[in-house]
Amino acid sequence: MENKVNRNIPDEILASYDYQPFTSTDIEGMPVERVLPTFKATTGSNKLVDSLADLVNKTVRDGMTISFHHHFREGDYVFNKVMRIIIDNGYQNLTLAPSSLTNVMNDIVVEAIEKGVVTNITSSGMRGTLGDAVSHGALANPVIFRSHGNRARAIETGAIKIDVAFLGVPNADEMGNANGMDGDSAFGSLGYALMDAQYAQTVVLITDTLKPYPNTPASIKQTQVDYVVKVDAVGDPEKIGSGATRFTKDPKELKIAEMVNNVITHSPYFKDGFSFQTGTGGAALAVTRFLRQAMLDNQIKASFALGGITKPTVDLLEEGLIGRLMDVQDFDKGAAESMHKNRNQQEIDASWYADAANKGAMVDKLDVVILSALEIDTKFNVNVMSGSDGVIRGAIGGHQDAATAKLTIISAPLVRGRIATVVRDVTTVVTPGESIDVLVTEVGIAINPLRQDLLAALSNVPGVPVFTIDELQQMAEKKVGTPKPLEFTDRVVALIEYRDGTIMDVIREVKD
Amino acid sequence: MEIKQTAMAGTLESSDIQIILRAGTNGYEFELESDVAKQFGDQIKATITNVLQAYAIENAQISVVDKGALDLVIKARALTAVQRALAIVDTPNWEVM
Repeated sequence: MENKVNRNIPDEILASYDYQPFTSTDIEGMPVERVLPTFKATTGSNKLVDSLADLVNKTVRDGMTISFHHHFREGDYVFNKVMRIIIDNGYQNLTLAPSSLTNVMNDIVVEAIEKGVVTNITSSGMRGTLGDAVSHGALANPVIFRSHGNRARAIETGAIKIDVAFLGVPNADEMGNANGMDGDSAFGSLGYALMDAQYAQTVVLITDTLKPYPNTPASIKQTQVDYVVKVDAVGDPEKIGSGATRFTKDPKELKIAEMVNNVITHSPYFKDGFSFQTGTGGAALAVTRFLRQAMLDNQIKASFALGGITKPTVDLLEEGLIGRLMDVQDFDKGAAESMHKNRNQQEIDASWYADAANKGAMVDKLDVVILSALEIDTKFNVNVMSGSDGVIRGAIGGHQDAATAKLTIISAPLVRGRIATVVRDVTTVVTPGESIDVLVTEVGIAINPLRQDLLAALSNVPGVPVFTIDELQQMAEKKVGTPKPLEFTDRVVALIEYRDGTIMDVIREVKD
Repeated sequence: MEIKQTAMAGTLESSDIQIILRAGTNGYEFELESDVAKQFGDQIKATITNVLQAYAIENAQISVVDKGALDLVIKARALTAVQRALAIVDTPNWEVM
């Protein structure tokens, strides 16, 4: 059947996954029932285990769901260490439920799929060789893509039931008190892993730095942890976070950033105490720079900045322009290190950040968010998941969650090379157009017709030409030509959930 | 017209296209490499074919590495490659431009 964003969801998918089709971004009053883990109480005074291999053998069984976090990003050693043992031991039919999959994990996941070790995956996203393999039908069952907030919801409600969580941490004591901000491989906030620590049946901490008991501040607490294993190294500090983030010199990105800044400062939300979230791309970082100046000029301070944190945002906190950083993950070293010295940089878990199934997430209080897009269509639907060739190469991240902000801005170039960003229909709907308020490109902006108030507020801003989204789409098409439609088979290789667990779209196997 | 010498035009920079023309015996033989081959492969070949036909070239081996070039870039690179291949760089055929 067709859902609200006109995507045809096969009936057998609706039936076998017990899915409701996506209908609305308004989820006020959604009934929620939580499923808590069952386990045997432990009272011992030491949870240290010598051998990771022995521990995997002791805790993992065929058919289980195992989880990891992706806070080590491209510097992760833990995922590969554990998966190597799991593959070599010949386990079968496991479900992989990490918070996301980074490139450094691709090869071993492809191997695990080929050997039947992993038959189900749920993740925020995937890229590279893994996305390619899945798009060509390598995995037995469709991947389920969930946003960061939706993963929290799925874990809380039992849609993801984690049997064993293997959580790498840069420090821990022998009882399992740990945080993400000390040690050689510090990465800052443990935001996504806190869900696993709270809800997994068995929690295994893997660390390279044992601290004297009791280790504080403790983000993961001993009350949640079953085992602690020491290994040589949990991550490569050089690859965990990007280095110093450079200010973009790309004139196109700068132009977009300047226009985004103009949209924000001319919106009704730019007033003292406003809140915002920005991503990491070149344009988003440049926006932070422009916004700083606008805040100084207008004597406006933000109450909080949310989500993934970068050094330029930390600078605003230290300058007194932002009251709090509500930090679910850190994208660079500067942001990770500042958790120590800035008590107003608050670590938050994925539920607090973005979950639709609790009694109020931070995104509900968010005024302005700047998000990216691989594609955006004339209905303002956004794709951040499938590439121009139809192959999976992206992640939902917090896109659907943060897009519920009062002013959701998509910043994207009109075209990338010969690929149009503004299209008639996106390949895959990830975030529904209903959530999107303004598209900013280098030639001008388009305002969602649902937001007549913004149309009035932004119609006469110098340097911000306003077009309809259809006009921008036609401009893009005129530039690059009309592409031949992509070809897919009927086989579904991935499912895109909305943040409330309804189904937004499916991704089909590519035909080569 | 017959191709006199192997000729190349264009670079491997993004948004450019590199076209190599060699003498052929069997019509137009394309070898195309492009990230956008699925959506624009046929159009890229058609644009180059139009240029070759305008110069009445009947046989050619055409190796193309496309980096997402727009149509006007493809046409410009094809024209240059053809003029080099026909050794008429000094006397371009203005009518086809």
